[in-house]
Amino acid sequence: MEPVTQFSGKIVALPINDIDTDQIIPARYLKVTDKNGLGAACFSDWRYHADGSPKPDFPLNKPEHQGAAILVGGHNFGCGSSREHAPWALMGAGFKAVISTYFADIFRNNSLKNGLLPVIVDEETHRQLISLAQEDPNTSVTVDLASQTVTLPDGRQVTFPIDGFSKHCLLNGVDQLGYVLSLDAQIGAYEEANPQRVSTVAV
Amino acid sequence: MTPSSPETLFEKVWNEHLVRPQTDDLPAVLYIDLHLVHEVTSPQAFTQLRERGLKVRRPDRTLATMDHSTPTTPRGPDGVIPVVDQMAAAQLDVMRKNCADFGIRLFDLGTRNQGIVHVIGPEQGLTQPGMTIVCGDSHTSTHGAFGALAFGIGTSEVAMVLATQCLLQNKPKTMAVRVNGKLDPGVTAKDIILGIIAKIGVGGGTGYVFEYMGDAIRGLSMEGRMTICNMSIEGGARAGMIAPDETTFDYVFGKPHAPAGVAWDEAVTHWRTLPTDDGAAFDAEVTLEAHELVPMITYGTNPGMGMPITARVPDPDRTRDVSEKLALDKALTYMGLQPGEQLLGKPVDVVFIGSCTNSRIGDLREAAKIMRGRTVADGLRVMVVPGSQQVKAQAEAEGLDRVFREAGAEWREAGCSMCIAMNGDQLEPGQYAVSTSNRNFEGRQGKGGRTFLASPLTAAATAITGVITDPRQVVGEREYA
Repeated sequence: MEPVTQFSGKIVALPINDIDTDQIIPARYLKVTDKNGLGAACFSDWRYHADGSPKPDFPLNKPEHQGAAILVGGHNFGCGSSREHAPWALMGAGFKAVISTYFADIFRNNSLKNGLLPVIVDEETHRQLISLAQEDPNTSVTVDLASQTVTLPDGRQVTFPIDGFSKHCLLNGVDQLGYVLSLDAQIGAYEEANPQRVSTVAV
Repeated sequence: MTPSSPETLFEKVWNEHLVRPQTDDLPAVLYIDLHLVHEVTSPQAFTQLRERGLKVRRPDRTLATMDHSTPTTPRGPDGVIPVVDQMAAAQLDVMRKNCADFGIRLFDLGTRNQGIVHVIGPEQGLTQPGMTIVCGDSHTSTHGAFGALAFGIGTSEVAMVLATQCLLQNKPKTMAVRVNGKLDPGVTAKDIILGIIAKIGVGGGTGYVFEYMGDAIRGLSMEGRMTICNMSIEGGARAGMIAPDETTFDYVFGKPHAPAGVAWDEAVTHWRTLPTDDGAAFDAEVTLEAHELVPMITYGTNPGMGMPITARVPDPDRTRDVSEKLALDKALTYMGLQPGEQLLGKPVDVVFIGSCTNSRIGDLREAAKIMRGRTVADGLRVMVVPGSQQVKAQAEAEGLDRVFREAGAEWREAGCSMCIAMNGDQLEPGQYAVSTSNRNFEGRQGKGGRTFLASPLTAAATAITGVITDPRQVVGEREYA
């Protein structure tokens, strides 16, 4: 995984509450067996007409929002299905971060494991970012993971929370699996001490 | 060891599975007792294992099935369920190869134990109190009905569990969800959970594990409890749990993978220690009174947009804030509904009875009670999809398939079917469905399809009349008491 440190990018707003992962990537696209090519299907049902032509009013389709790297979504972004295809699709569509007031737990976990940064801000900052994105599509913000800050165009900095371990992994571009693999002996000791509860291969 | 302070059910199960406790710098390392795998969220995880040269640490704690992308259409003359979608067929082949290469037991399409992942775990007796259970599927919360800590994970986490049998987790908060009293006839577990979600909203449980308690929960069958825990995620909670009791033990006893003999007695002795101690603290609490609940139905595009079936569609102009108004406006536009409209009497195109929420034998018996001797309304499509091949066989042994068929409903093979609409079972754009599934998201049951979530009783009553129907109006109390 590429390290995530600091980046600046244009923001685009999708100020809809409770955007579920079925909207981010509809289930019919989940018949793939790899992670690639999902960007084109990101928000497919909101983005395209039945004949496949883009809906001009959808923010992500507007010429002025092309190249946006940071999505500002409504409250409770990423609820619903656990599909990790959601962050894969968002990253495939060019996003490096999503900003919201809060995220659904599974989406947040999935995003952190892929280097898509879920950035939680207070409601006032959230409203401000949505207004900025809608008023001036060239609005750019800077996200800095080390200092856990978002810098707004007026220079104001707001901090966002992230657990220390996820932050460490993202900053250094290491995945979390490596750490757990290193605990092999401890896992073995746990298994020794805790007798098998079920066996799927018995019976 | 005697705990120094009273603990919740969740805390007991959590603590028993700590390979390493959480610290300021590191999440807890949680041991996973059972890992359920299906074809849609696992391929990329196996790819990761291959790329890193890793094995599956505990194939004996891993079980795979096929359910999401599988067709539920009839078997051919050869007894095989044909898979016409080439992408789905390829995905199923990848599942077969992955299970063969990594030594994982697979319940292949159409074989006698295959079914929806959250139906087969309990029916095999693999789901037991006090366990940790994960699956790359958000409805893994279902298994919490047994007093297990069970939750959905993403594909990166699937890879982690395959390789290490562990997960990294930050300890969630706990919420007591209390349902006091007794349900009126015609009101079911599905109505309880739709009522809870309507009260707290789809994000209300974010960051929490629910523990459902109270007399109304105690009074439910295991299947009703599974329906409730299943939809914990629709309230934002990754997991929902119910303390194990005699109802739980009776259900598990004698199942293929349940402990037997002395091992059974030892297990039950342990399971009896799991319920939340008196005086244990929760981070939050919500309470409902069962007698205030009536059959529920959703009107919008998330499971929190639900109301009593006798109520009227809410008015966006009367919402609390701008973002809520926007969300409701958007939902009603998608659903083609007007503020103040009554849903009772509204014609629908499809009734779907199935999904990991409501496809167990008890759900089918409830639906059959209403449909027996009656006929599906003209022009209505009614699909009844058993949750597993075992459920299908049981239903057929009881003659339920004949009840449904004679009424004019489709009796299909087991799978997720129209709950996820990635397997050929889907709504046409604009169609309305009353569905016993768990999600009414835009397009969830087919692009442009419009879903009303409800109980199996409400779905069956609607199947007979062709319009949204309060099940209490269709049958006398004797039929569902």
